[in-house]
Amino acid sequence: MEATSSNLDVFAATLSEAAKADRNILVVTSDSRGSGRLTPFVAAVPEQIVEVGIAEQNLVGISAGLAAAGKKVFAVSPACFLTARALEQIKNDVCYSDRPVKVVGISAGVSYGALGSTHHSLHDFAALRAIHNITIVAPADNFETREAVQAALRMSKPIYLRFGKKVMPHLPRLASRFELGLASLIRSGNDLSFLASGETVAPALEAAELLAAEGIDCRVLSFHTIKPLDEAAVLKAASETGCLITVEEHSVSGGLGEACASLLLQHGQPVRFQIVGFPDEYTMTGSQAELFRHYGISGSGLAQSARRLRTNKSE
Amino acid sequence: MDPFLTVQQLKRKSIQYRKTVLSIIRHGGAGHTGGSLSSIDILNTLYNRILRLSPATFQGANRDRFVQSKGHSVEALYTVLADRGFFPQSELETLNGFGSHFIGHPTRHVNGVEQNTGALGHGMSFAVGSALAAKLDRKDFRVFALLGDGELAEGSNWEAAMTAGHYRLDNLVVIVDRNGLQITGPTEEVVQLEPLHLKFEAFGFAVCECDGNSIPELLANLESVPFAAGQPSLLLAKTRKGCGVSFMENSVRWHHRVPSDQEFEQAIQELEKAEALLV
Repeated sequence: MEATSSNLDVFAATLSEAAKADRNILVVTSDSRGSGRLTPFVAAVPEQIVEVGIAEQNLVGISAGLAAAGKKVFAVSPACFLTARALEQIKNDVCYSDRPVKVVGISAGVSYGALGSTHHSLHDFAALRAIHNITIVAPADNFETREAVQAALRMSKPIYLRFGKKVMPHLPRLASRFELGLASLIRSGNDLSFLASGETVAPALEAAELLAAEGIDCRVLSFHTIKPLDEAAVLKAASETGCLITVEEHSVSGGLGEACASLLLQHGQPVRFQIVGFPDEYTMTGSQAELFRHYGISGSGLAQSARRLRTNKSE
Repeated sequence: MDPFLTVQQLKRKSIQYRKTVLSIIRHGGAGHTGGSLSSIDILNTLYNRILRLSPATFQGANRDRFVQSKGHSVEALYTVLADRGFFPQSELETLNGFGSHFIGHPTRHVNGVEQNTGALGHGMSFAVGSALAAKLDRKDFRVFALLGDGELAEGSNWEAAMTAGHYRLDNLVVIVDRNGLQITGPTEEVVQLEPLHLKFEAFGFAVCECDGNSIPELLANLESVPFAAGQPSLLLAKTRKGCGVSFMENSVRWHHRVPSDQEFEQAIQELEKAEALLV
């Protein structure tokens, strides 16, 4: 089996390769080249990194100015700071002004684990979903990461890429095609659907395998693109499986789950539905793996949610 | 090729621009009167004599860039852009109208506008990014940013200033419309900004000061950028808010007040009197 890496490492490697062939590709960082795994990028194309210091607002503003002058800019900074402190720059300088900056949130979600809530980004989908003119992408594995970076390079519109730093397994794919805005089918099944994103797709697949042993056949979809939402895939999963569980490394407020809930409700689609994510509480402390387990974002936790939802369904 | 305008012709334009600013604000029912009148001489000098920029070259990779960080003084920018032929003068009449692109802060929907601004403290970072791109590509275009003084309280400006100094961006020219007033009152009473000269110098800028409502002084300074090789330039343009109309000058009240019919007539009369004195 092919060795795997973190999505962050794959992002940096993919970008380094592309940058060698295109001197217009730039990375702008806020003292974050190390945490962005960009040391090889700097070694490969030292002229193509711009350091702005620990100043996220400036990072995004400068990136917009560089993009306006024709550069293909990846603004790389921890997701927690980038999408909170620099939200106004993302909103105005990038999205409203239509500057094709690739905003890259690294060590996203609860990747920073025990560093605590200051370093968690559980708000970024919600904040960015409410802003016009930005695509929001959270790849599930190395394949989706590579494809997403290449898609971002081809785009002339703002995009947010969100990466964690956990080594991710290769996920099976029922189709090799990757397209922003179209969910990827990871496992087929008609008893229940897991609609997951980013690093939560792997535990969703684990849950599906546990449930398969009990005769429950689950569909697993990777919603790598949070916005625009693949509405057809959500509605199809609802009508064909009747039971949906959304999973995300994000607050239950304003993320993938609520996007799906809104869609389903407005379509009058009858469905059993549960949002799994981080509840509105002072987040428990611990590593990413411990937090995932605590909040039910694990194979066994999600399998348990599925059993409960299905039981309710048959009542 | 654009005609070369003399100082006298520029002075006449400033008066005409002031009349247009007041007229469109009155017609549009809203606008930032004081700041538009304080900054109009700066915009006049830039667009008519300094910027290597015209409607024909606006999409060109080597054009000079101008970013108006103090986006609320947009009526001054619209007035100058219309005069320079970026769009028909008649479009100014749609200011603040439903569906109009001519709204209370600049957007790229208006031909000639470089970047959407309005939230304060954004323009300098954008300008730094574009100036940096010129350096990376060894292009010789320059980037000018116009900031208000009140907006210097935004910390993002100082992040941008630090970067401009660090990268020695001598193709960057930041102009501060130093009229000394913001919506609440005198800037130094709201939160002390001074000593701005020393602050910008400490951040790596070469700093000059001038009367920002004097065309000859603006020309002398802006024609001599960069003020020092290897350093970004900062021009502290000491202006008078509401400049050109006696009862609007240095008055906080006129930050965003719309002139009544009587005030408008009086202002136009004053400006026409000043114009008549220009031989």
